[in-house]
Amino acid sequence: METTEIGKSVRRLDYKTKVTGRAQYLADMSVPGMCHGKILRSPYPHARIVRIDASKARQISGVVAVLTRDDILHDQGIEPFYGPVFKDQTIVAVEKVRHVGDPVAAVAALTVDAAEEALRMIEVDYEELPAVLSVNDSLKPGAPLVHESVKLPASGFADLAELKPVEGTNICTHFRLNRGDIQRGFAEADRIFEDTFTLPATQHSFLETHACIAQVEPGGRITVWATTQNPFVVRTQLANIFKVPVSKVRVIVPYLGGGYGGKVYPKVEPITVALAQKAGRPVRLVLSREEVFYTITKHAAIIKMKTGVKNDGTLVARECEIHLDTGAYAEIGPRVAKKSGYTAAGPYRIPNLKIDSYSVYTNKPPAGAFRGFGVSQSAWAVESQMDIIAAALKIDPLELRKQNGYDEGDKFVTEETLRAVGLKECLDEVAKSIGWGRMEQWNNGTVEQWSRGENIKRGKGIACMIKATITPSISSAVVKLNEDASLSIYTGTVEMGQGSETVLAQIAGKELGIPLETIQVLGVDTDVVPYDLTTSSSRSTFHMGKAVQLAARDILRQLKQIAAMEYGVPEAQVTFAGGKIRLPEAQLDYSDAMFKRFGMQGGTLVGEGQVKTSTKNEFGEKSTSAFWFLAAGAAEVEVDVDTGRLKLVKYATAVDVGKALNPLGCRQQLAGAAITGIGQALFEEIAYDNGQPINPNFVDYVLPSLGDMPETIDPISVEVPDPNGPFGAKGIGESALIPVAPAIANAVFDAVGVRIKDLPIKAEKIFLALEEMKAKAR
Amino acid sequence: MKKQIRLRVNGMDRTVEVAPRTSLLEAVRDQLGLTGAKLGCDMQVCGACTLLLDGKPVSACSFLAVDADGSELTTIEGLAAGDRLHPLQEAFMDCGALQCGYCTSGFILTAKALLDEQPRPSEEQIKDYLGGNFCRCGCYQEIIQAVKKVAGI
Repeated sequence: METTEIGKSVRRLDYKTKVTGRAQYLADMSVPGMCHGKILRSPYPHARIVRIDASKARQISGVVAVLTRDDILHDQGIEPFYGPVFKDQTIVAVEKVRHVGDPVAAVAALTVDAAEEALRMIEVDYEELPAVLSVNDSLKPGAPLVHESVKLPASGFADLAELKPVEGTNICTHFRLNRGDIQRGFAEADRIFEDTFTLPATQHSFLETHACIAQVEPGGRITVWATTQNPFVVRTQLANIFKVPVSKVRVIVPYLGGGYGGKVYPKVEPITVALAQKAGRPVRLVLSREEVFYTITKHAAIIKMKTGVKNDGTLVARECEIHLDTGAYAEIGPRVAKKSGYTAAGPYRIPNLKIDSYSVYTNKPPAGAFRGFGVSQSAWAVESQMDIIAAALKIDPLELRKQNGYDEGDKFVTEETLRAVGLKECLDEVAKSIGWGRMEQWNNGTVEQWSRGENIKRGKGIACMIKATITPSISSAVVKLNEDASLSIYTGTVEMGQGSETVLAQIAGKELGIPLETIQVLGVDTDVVPYDLTTSSSRSTFHMGKAVQLAARDILRQLKQIAAMEYGVPEAQVTFAGGKIRLPEAQLDYSDAMFKRFGMQGGTLVGEGQVKTSTKNEFGEKSTSAFWFLAAGAAEVEVDVDTGRLKLVKYATAVDVGKALNPLGCRQQLAGAAITGIGQALFEEIAYDNGQPINPNFVDYVLPSLGDMPETIDPISVEVPDPNGPFGAKGIGESALIPVAPAIANAVFDAVGVRIKDLPIKAEKIFLALEEMKAKAR
Repeated sequence: MKKQIRLRVNGMDRTVEVAPRTSLLEAVRDQLGLTGAKLGCDMQVCGACTLLLDGKPVSACSFLAVDADGSELTTIEGLAAGDRLHPLQEAFMDCGALQCGYCTSGFILTAKALLDEQPRPSEEQIKDYLGGNFCRCGCYQEIIQAVKKVAGI
């Protein structure tokens, strides 16, 4: 067996169980005595609940429990309000329903059929209320209020402390960023560009729907098996709701069938626990595909962007107003809006800024985290407008980006210093990959240098981005060296497809010089593993990777002590190489040292590692992000000028990964995120009719499939190491998604001269824009 | 009103009692305990529930168990011969053709059906045949590579 290497592609540790169909996902699991849960949901976007009568439902054979508002309001053991930022959610609707699909009641029954029958027997009288179904409606003076008042938590996230709902309005939060002197900035500009960009709500569409098994013991001890990306946050929220210490809540997370941000913060866990408590037996609840669309979405946005530029292309001022439709509940929308605001300047030096980013309540299903977390929204505007500017000033879009783009040591909009910035390397790599480099004449739809046939025109587009990771945060790891020198790793990082198990094992294996085959990464169980904030924000390789590295070093420290003591040599003379302990006169296996220490074939060495990031870095400077994500994408497209049909021919994505620990894993994450980006760019959109999603299924909500793939997707790992990451690694999960839509829109413009400002970029929109252009030319 | 049906599942004769409305996926997962096939969309478009019925891929979420009576069924659990994995399983691992793994059993079984029909498919044929399976993690390039590897092209 070879010792573990870093930077060499390895076969993932979770693969064998997955390709043989043995991997257990939540819906594959059951516990003895378990019954089945189902949720009754609101048919209205906004209505007062006048009456609920569940007596007939309780009579149905096989029904064990029916949960309504009466159960959560009159139970001293339940705090009905919860939510990650504001306590604006309830387990089931209390006074009114706020979106189509809002949970109204729930049933636990011996069979799914009985539960479904019982749902039909619950009588609910609603009094319909006027609804606000768009951000624009929601912001009108005198608009109906989604929440008359919002409860604030006793203590919340440090980075969101300054954000509060605006009383008497539907504004959930308003984030402001001001820098320099905005008026002087615009006065200095030679040209001013004003554009509005929009993008629709979309859905994560993980193939595994949200699910939960909950069991509540007579003493109040709660165990949940959950499809969650942040088990410790779910634990805290459940402890608050059910008024028990966190030690009485156990959250176990099996492999997830995808997450992409849609499985952070409580989803179905509170209602499943409440049902299990009432039923007095375990309950399993598995959402249908349709229900997932009622549970969480990505924020639709309207972004107004006004940018002042010098004739030479220097960006001097930007005013930007972002409205994010956060739906009926805040969820994590306030932070999404904040991150959109922070990145409204893009990865560019702009000295004068006035940015206002709002999360706005509407009577639609809640929006929350989605791979890209607010930056997908802001970058759509930033990177589209960069090309509008480039075209007007006749500057190469690549050069315009490099001219204004961040370099090492530049100040971010928060005035903190940026370090380990591989932006321009990413831009150069994607440009090279798609053969960038035509600039003799701007192609405004009349030049046919890219045409391959009569009606087909080719174009190329580029885009880039900067993103932050959640800061401050905590990751802790424990590793156990067993008596045979094999290693067990305990972390709260959830394996949801990103390859974390393998990377964490690689880091420990490299540090200890032991083979990957001897390392086991344990599943997530909050009773067993130490605290981790979340598996999201592309943070696990950097944070948990470092924690595992420190834990492994803690083991080496202990081995060194043991060897020095047992062999009577100074610790300084004990070294490690190739998984062995080197003494001046001897060489020891770890298992030998263990035997010496414990006097038998047994015993355990426990190593611990903790990573805690703060809002100040090691130099005492402000730090809103423990590290920075930089990435670029470039697209080559074909557009049919007669029909508007768009074909993505090639896509290149480059991400500054810091250090590619498992290069194949990096390529998978980069290409995979790009493919999700292609879906978001070209066809994904939740369509609503009076607040009712009309395409909550995979027939009508179109996902990218093999037939939609370009001839090539080229994932490129750029390595500008971060000194604080394990072996220099940064996070990579989200970066590649973000530039896709603007890169494609820019390529469409390059091909045929039409600018699409609202996603998705459908053939119909291109066709109509072409028709308008042709009409003007006549 | 339940009906008894007989199936030959991964080479073993099995008998299950199903209601007329029970899907083949429910029968296989809930009664036979073979959970490798997953429910994804529940409307025959995502491919996560694919099983091979007499060698042909079916979307088990939308296929009635009673209609499978007397058939031979292959699930992902039946693909390996003891410790020896099927070449497609090996190729999916080597090429990195999966991330979260939820779509994997469906992809592998569909690919098996393709290669049984057409041992040396073109890339277009692979894309076409596997076009009804979604991978939300986006491993499409690696999946094509894995199928090509097994086909020796």
